Amino acid sequence: MRLLGPVTLRLTERRVAVVGANGSGKSTLARLLNGLVLPSRGRVLVDGLDTDTDGPAVRRRVGFLLTDPAAQVVLPTPLEDVALSLRRRLPDARAREAEARAVLARFGLAHRADTPVQALSGGQRQLLALAGVLAVEPALLVADEPTTLLDLRWRRHVDALLEGLPQRVVQVTHDLAAAARADRVLVVDDGRIVFDGDAAEGVAHYRDVVCGVDG
Amino acid sequence: MHQPGGSPLHRAPAGPKLLALVALGVLTVVPRGPLTAVALLAAAVGAHGLARLRVRPTLRALVPLLVVAALAGGWAWWSRGAGAAVEVAADLLAVVVGALVVQATTPTDRLVDALVRAATPLRHVGLAPQTVALAVALTLRTVPLLVATTLETRDAARARGLERDPRALLVPAAVRVVAHARATGEALAARGLGED
Repeated sequence: MRLLGPVTLRLTERRVAVVGANGSGKSTLARLLNGLVLPSRGRVLVDGLDTDTDGPAVRRRVGFLLTDPAAQVVLPTPLEDVALSLRRRLPDARAREAEARAVLARFGLAHRADTPVQALSGGQRQLLALAGVLAVEPALLVADEPTTLLDLRWRRHVDALLEGLPQRVVQVTHDLAAAARADRVLVVDDGRIVFDGDAAEGVAHYRDVVCGVDG
Repeated sequence: MHQPGGSPLHRAPAGPKLLALVALGVLTVVPRGPLTAVALLAAAVGAHGLARLRVRPTLRALVPLLVVAALAGGWAWWSRGAGAAVEVAADLLAVVVGALVVQATTPTDRLVDALVRAATPLRHVGLAPQTVALAVALTLRTVPLLVATTLETRDAARARGLERDPRALLVPAAVRVVAHARATGEALAARGLGED
C-alpha cells in the first residue's frame, strides 16, 4: 500500500505548515523528516544527512513532537523526563538535573518538576513534551498536530511558543489560522502534495478545493 | 514512582541501593524460617520509615500483592504449616517493599546511570549499555502503568456489562499493553533516545 508519493520537496523556509484531511498522508510526510518512517523508494536528506543511513545523526538534528504528549512523555515526572533527553549531552548527573530544572523553568513548569505527569493538565503535558524535545536544541522541529488535543487557551499558548522558536519548524496542523501564518503551506490529499506555496493561497486551496467548503 | 526527599536513603547512591535490593532478594529465596523472613520485612519497612516516604501510595501499590501473599501463604499453610505461611508472605512483602523504597528514593535518571555502569561489560557481546539500562529502567517504571491499564480495562468491561467475561478484560488489556510498548518505542525513537 502506498501511503505517500511520489514527492519531491526542498524545505528551506523557517515555518512550513502541512495541512490535509485525516489519513491523507501528512503525518507520514512529517515522520519521513526524522527517519521515523523510511521511504520505500528515493531519499530524504536533512542538512545533507540521509534519514536511512544517518538515522541517529538526523534525529539529533530533528526534534519530533507527537500529537499526544501521553505517548511522548515516557517517565513519571517532568524532571526525570527532561533529564532523560539530556543524557547524551550532559554525562554528569548533577549538571543534567540542573539543566533539566532550567529547561522546565523556561517553559513555566519549574513548580511542576516533581509532580506526577498524570497530575498535569493536557496543556502542561504538551508543554513538557515540547520541553523534552527542545532541551537538546535541535536545528529543526517537526510537530505533528501539536495543538489538536488542546483547549483554546493552551492552543494559543503552544502556538505562540512555536512561533517564537529560533528553530525551523515544520508543523502538521488542522488549525488553518496557524497554517496561514506559515511561510509556506503544503496541502496533502490522498498521499499526494496537491498544493505547495504561499500560506494564504494554500489554506484557501485546502478549504475550497480539497474540502469543498465555501467562505 | 520517585518521591523527592532529603532522607539518607534519598542521598545514597543508586548502585548500593540496587545491590542491597539484590541481596534482600537472595536472602528471601534462601529458606531460613519465619523469624528471618519477618526480620527482613521489618528491615524493609524500617527503610521505608527511614526514607520518610508517604504511606498511602505504598499501601495502594501493595493491595494487589496482599492478595497474592494471602493466596501463597494460604497454600503454604495448607501444605507445610503456619511457619511456612508466615515465611512466604513476609518474604514476598519484604522484596516488594524494598523495591518500592529503592524506586521511590531514586530518580530514574540516577537509576539509569547505575544500570549503565552495571551493563558496561555487555559492550563486549555487542550490547549498548545505555540501551540496556534504558530498557530495564523503563520496564521497572512501566509496572504501575500496567496495573492502571488493567484497572481501566476492567472498568470498561464493567461499563458494557461484561465484567464476567474474561475475554473482555484479557484481550483489550493485552492489546493496550502491546500498543503502549510500541508507542513508547516510537517516542524514544522520535527523541533519538537509546541510539548510542
